[in-house]
Amino acid sequence: MANPLRAEVVRLYKNLLYLGREYPKGGEYFRARLRAAFSKNRCVQEPEKIRELISRGEFVARELEALYYLRKYRAMKKRYYEE
Amino acid sequence: MSGRVLVGVKRVIDYAVKIRVKPDNSSVVTDGVKHSMNPFCEIAVEEAVKMKEKKLIKEVVAVSCGPQQAQETIRTALAMGADRGIHVEVTGKDYETLGPLQISKIMAALAKKEEAQLIILGKQAIDDDCNQTGQMTAALLDWPQGTFASEVSLEGDKIKVVREVDGGLETIKINVPAVITADLRLNTPRYATLPNIMKAKKKKIANMKPADLGVDITSRLEVLRVDEPPQRQAGVKEHKHGARNLAEGTL
Repeated sequence: MANPLRAEVVRLYKNLLYLGREYPKGGEYFRARLRAAFSKNRCVQEPEKIRELISRGEFVARELEALYYLRKYRAMKKRYYEE
Repeated sequence: MSGRVLVGVKRVIDYAVKIRVKPDNSSVVTDGVKHSMNPFCEIAVEEAVKMKEKKLIKEVVAVSCGPQQAQETIRTALAMGADRGIHVEVTGKDYETLGPLQISKIMAALAKKEEAQLIILGKQAIDDDCNQTGQMTAALLDWPQGTFASEVSLEGDKIKVVREVDGGLETIKINVPAVITADLRLNTPRYATLPNIMKAKKKKIANMKPADLGVDITSRLEVLRVDEPPQRQAGVKEHKHGARNLAEGTL
């Protein structure tokens, strides 16, 4: 079942897996949930639906980047600024 | 202004790692500890890459000094958008005594060699907190400096820098070439994503030694002792009715 969107899904999965390594609760915690989220939708066939799920995954990736940035920014602010 | 920007990036122990001091108090434990790019260096890289995206400059060169692993930090900078890297290899004993003065000598030599028009550095590193490299690099090159930058804009052949000073902001205008050091609020560094890290593997990293630049990196400083900061006192829990009891003289 060579779905034309397969490559995109795999790329998204790899990217999320990479981002998850820094997750506050640990990479393993994130990986388990990531796997669960993907396998929950493994039977989805319609290209429309798959695209929708991919964009949701991309949204999660952006949120993670923002989360990591904020966490670092707050840590720096706490260390170097008195307020 | 067009041309080349040199950005210094330092590999430090990751900000989220709990630092442990070696039992003999000589330094901190670095083996098997997660390292990453100094957060202020990330801000410096971001600023340079932004300038390039606005086509204000032509090339961003990321420089790091240290052992083989320093290349990972350069890769991160390349993934963020730097064009190429320079790895100045310093290992063993030399690396242990490598300080801001030695780095600024290397940066100054590289700036001349590469004919850079701007050097952007982080204001300080989160490991030694020196906050000296930018200032000393500017002094060695006899270039103007814009330190603690929270806003940088190029205006013709001059640079306007808004600086974070005690209790406010100071705006200065300096000539090019110059040295700028990035403060926390300068920008929001982008994340080095996986696809970009892969793409960055194609970019080139030049390898050299301090001697190739004619720089002497002997240090005259000696670290006598490294200690952990004093333990914070545990907080005292205030009783819910503490204030009232106090007023009534029952506490």
